[in-house]
Amino acid sequence: MALSRAASSPSRAALLKPLAAAISSSLFRRPISTDTTPITVETSVPFTAHRCEAPSRTVETTAEELVGFFRTMALMRRAEIAADSLYKAKLIRGFCHLYDGQEAVAIGMEAAITKKDCIITAYRDHCIYLGRGGTLLEVFAELMGRQAGCSKGKGGSMHFYKKDAGFYGGHGIVGAQIPLGIGLAFAQKYKKDESVSFALYGDGAANQGQLFEALNMAALWDLPAILVCENNHYGMGTAEWRAAKSPAYYKRGDYVPGLKVDGMDALAVKQACKFAKEHALKNGPIILEMDTYRYHGHSMSDPGSTYRTRDEISGVRQERDPIERIRKLVLSLDLATEKELKDIEKEVRKEVDDAIAQAKESPMPDPSELFTNVYVKGYGVESFGADRKEVRAVLP
Amino acid sequence: MATSAAQRFGRRLASSVPRRRFSSSAAAAAATGGSAVQRTQNPSLNLCSAINQALHIALDTDPRSYVFGEDVSFGGVFRCTVGLADRFGKGRVFNTPLCEQGIVGFGIGLAAMGNRAVAEIQFADYIFPAFDQIVNEAAKFRYRSGNQFNCGGLTIRAPYGAVGHGGHYHSQSPEAFFCHVPGIKVVIPRSPSQAKGLLLSCIRDPNPIVFFEPKWLYRLAVEEVPEHDYTLPLSEAEVIREGTDITLVGWGAQLSVMEEACLDAENDGISCELIDLKTLLPWDKETVEASVRKTGRLLISHEAPVTGGFGAEISASIVERCFLRLQAPVARICGLDTPFPLVFEPFYLPTKNKILDAIKSTVNY
Repeated sequence: MALSRAASSPSRAALLKPLAAAISSSLFRRPISTDTTPITVETSVPFTAHRCEAPSRTVETTAEELVGFFRTMALMRRAEIAADSLYKAKLIRGFCHLYDGQEAVAIGMEAAITKKDCIITAYRDHCIYLGRGGTLLEVFAELMGRQAGCSKGKGGSMHFYKKDAGFYGGHGIVGAQIPLGIGLAFAQKYKKDESVSFALYGDGAANQGQLFEALNMAALWDLPAILVCENNHYGMGTAEWRAAKSPAYYKRGDYVPGLKVDGMDALAVKQACKFAKEHALKNGPIILEMDTYRYHGHSMSDPGSTYRTRDEISGVRQERDPIERIRKLVLSLDLATEKELKDIEKEVRKEVDDAIAQAKESPMPDPSELFTNVYVKGYGVESFGADRKEVRAVLP
Repeated sequence: MATSAAQRFGRRLASSVPRRRFSSSAAAAAATGGSAVQRTQNPSLNLCSAINQALHIALDTDPRSYVFGEDVSFGGVFRCTVGLADRFGKGRVFNTPLCEQGIVGFGIGLAAMGNRAVAEIQFADYIFPAFDQIVNEAAKFRYRSGNQFNCGGLTIRAPYGAVGHGGHYHSQSPEAFFCHVPGIKVVIPRSPSQAKGLLLSCIRDPNPIVFFEPKWLYRLAVEEVPEHDYTLPLSEAEVIREGTDITLVGWGAQLSVMEEACLDAENDGISCELIDLKTLLPWDKETVEASVRKTGRLLISHEAPVTGGFGAEISASIVERCFLRLQAPVARICGLDTPFPLVFEPFYLPTKNKILDAIKSTVNY
């Protein structure tokens, strides 16, 4: 929709003209990956604001960024699908909550911030981790519980962390990460380093009391906190209209300003996060509601079709898929050919397969790891095996 | 790791069906008052069906009872509340939003108005947001109002315990936290017929109760469950296996592991007495004391971490009462002092071999 508007509306055509003219001659075709000439695109829908002024619908981006979006989102999508197969093959055990469909939120957010800014999220964290700079090997190894994983195999799917990139995880208890995120913001305000914290939560967690406690503290103390509600409209199997009196999650903050964003449009997410970061540094907390969708069920134990129709899922996939949107944009702006994009997807597929193969070779954590990192030191608890005579260890 | 979990699964299955007949026939006989009725063939139910039956009966017999929690309306994530909404209506069986603190607080209020509120916490691991409500509100309501008000009609049900792949947040056994709170009761059933009777007792008991259901046994434990309305007494422990050399005390799913250890110990000539505590708070000290006076040795086993686990309370109380009779230190075979691990679950859990080893060392002390 944005694309047709971009192409057909006279004002937009004026913006696109210079670029189009330059690349009309194939001889002067710029290489796609390094082009940083700014391109302006309009977001699919305008932002809806609560107690603040919505940012402009016009987003500045570059060819490099757009192709980068495509590549990273394709990588995320491929990784999640691969995790699905690994789970069904019983190489991943426990719980696995997949993010496919919601990639635009992870990628758009990353595009607007730096690694000094912190992100904290719930258990649907694989793609946020990848966005923060995590490698595929670390992802798959952690999912399979191997030593090469980002949490040394001890966390599993729900507990990915990346300290050097300001990614504070990865939390299993619904809503518990929100007050933590506010605490991170407090520390950042103290450090005065112009960084902000993004605390992500879902529409299910939006009904938790701790969210409102956190909002009050953040607003009272003017913290650079951005609370992002990833509204995929279903809390496990409960649709938002059955769980929430007010599904306008961006307004739930009452005295805290909010913005509703099309979470399937990576550029809209980027614009919103940029706006939110500036706002948070000047005026304190803000809520971003990302209107997004997950194709998979809540977790791998949930087929995802008992509480919503397959038509709904395929409808969203056809009309709002974030990767398709970027693909269409890239093609319409002639930044790459179909074949090049397909090649990117093939590359990405291979990367994922290679990472899985490498992860499979990584060993399980050593049994002694069961006792490490419970305390820092000096606990001195005894533990012994079935035969009390041997394997008596004083725990570190 | 996968194989040992499967073996454990298999062992539970193997042990749960034949062994429980021993105690269930005792329970069924007690339930029918020992009267000379023809023993009709009761249907075999698993744990979640038994609990479902209990809830049906509870809602049927008291028009002012309610069942609520996350996802209970369609039947619940473990199918324990199937059919309730259809039969009793959405006004009495309804979903709550995702807010444990709110669910329990709301339940306390509902119970304070004289209703029977059966609140479900989806996993015991999620009960902690509600901990303040349970400890500070529910447990103290009657006491602080001088018996003007109470929330005795409140029963909180939560699936607890290891399930083979639950990891940190779907496997915890938090019973010890609640046993430390005077004013509430803590009840844990070991089998389907026990669960039905105990749950009905809990719902009808005039005190707020936390009822932990061993999720591993939801599908796995199958036995004959009487179809009629019956209750089992609270705060009465049950001796489910008689012996003379050592007393073993446990509750919930761990009992089946302990039973296997008892069988193995018997092959080595050690006669074990196994007690199901059933109610952890207030617990039946007399039964355990009588048993320890008979055997002189005690072993307690639970999945929760050993330090500060409820085994410590049992051990201290029995030592106080039976010090001169004890022939060996009280043994506690429990979970390790770590967060409940994912890949390391088989190492963490108090397995049959750990218990068997402790039985032998205690007997040979």
